[in-house]
Amino acid sequence: MGILDFLKRKPEPTATVAKERLRIIVAQERSTRGAPDYLPMMRNELLEVIKKYVHVDLDAININFERDSGHEVLELSVALPDGKASATPAT
Amino acid sequence: MTAEIIVVTSGKGGVGKTTTSASLATGLAIAGKKVAVIDFDVGLRNLDLIMGCERRVVYDFINVVQGEATLKQALIKDKRHDNLYVLAASQTRDKDALTQEGVEKVLDGLSEEGFDYVVCDSPAGIEKGAHLAMYFADHAVVVVNPEVSSVRDSDRILGLLSSKTRRAERGEGAITQHLLLTRYNPARVEAGEMLSVKDVEDILGISVVGVIPESENVLAASNSGVPVILDANSLAGQAYSDTVARVLGEDRPLRFIDAPKKGFFQRVFGG
Repeated sequence: MGILDFLKRKPEPTATVAKERLRIIVAQERSTRGAPDYLPMMRNELLEVIKKYVHVDLDAININFERDSGHEVLELSVALPDGKASATPAT
Repeated sequence: MTAEIIVVTSGKGGVGKTTTSASLATGLAIAGKKVAVIDFDVGLRNLDLIMGCERRVVYDFINVVQGEATLKQALIKDKRHDNLYVLAASQTRDKDALTQEGVEKVLDGLSEEGFDYVVCDSPAGIEKGAHLAMYFADHAVVVVNPEVSSVRDSDRILGLLSSKTRRAERGEGAITQHLLLTRYNPARVEAGEMLSVKDVEDILGISVVGVIPESENVLAASNSGVPVILDANSLAGQAYSDTVARVLGEDRPLRFIDAPKKGFFQRVFGG
């Protein structure tokens, strides 16, 4: 062990990394819990349709599924890119 | 009178469900309750080995479900406690032999026999066996290890418990969820190598009912077919006793969650 070793920045403890990764994935999985199975596929198809008109990527589409007492709400939001969107629909 | 049904579940395999079922059932029996513990892992029977009654299995859970044996014939009386019984899983039958009606019939039968508690040892996974083990439960003990895949699976199981049980379906109020952290190594937590109790509680949003330290005694106990709770000298055994007391409503502080302090010489010379 070199004498200067203690001056090096210590790497982040792996437990901290684990906690952060779990926090994100658990939150993501909870948000889609109980939602219909077709949601991921529908999201992809919607993306294809939107892409014909506007250049967006997968992250720009947000689908939320909420179940209130008695009724279900499917909320879809698309963040459009800055500036003018391409207005020429693909043929 | 109806028996209280407790499912011991986890999603992930190998985290300590059967060890926990055996110790929980034994602990409840020590507390004077009449207890049955059922192995739901059809085809992969193991609870009998951990309870040390593997050579006394004549009839199993599926035999009772199919009407080939009575409940009385199939229940194996524990050799150490008169008020503790084991119902083994079938080793030869297909898991499809387990039906919701069949499970309900057995659980109702146990209530009629005057059992106070039925502990259901769930198989790993989230398929039929695991679903049936949790479906009729009033309480759940979710066993989790301080490790990423186990924690993620536990969150999934907690979600299923609050939606896919009879209580949830009938709107009879949520089942009581207990989180049990097993294989905990305080020294590794202090070194930043393992998720802490608080980390796991934060991620899952539920507090623990117990923390079982990683212990050599758990293997020794399963080697000899004696539930580890009966090893009163082991930390794991003591931690299980605390856990059972908490499940029964007693308030006990968590123990064995800090690493033993190293002495001056140990710190200087290592070891």
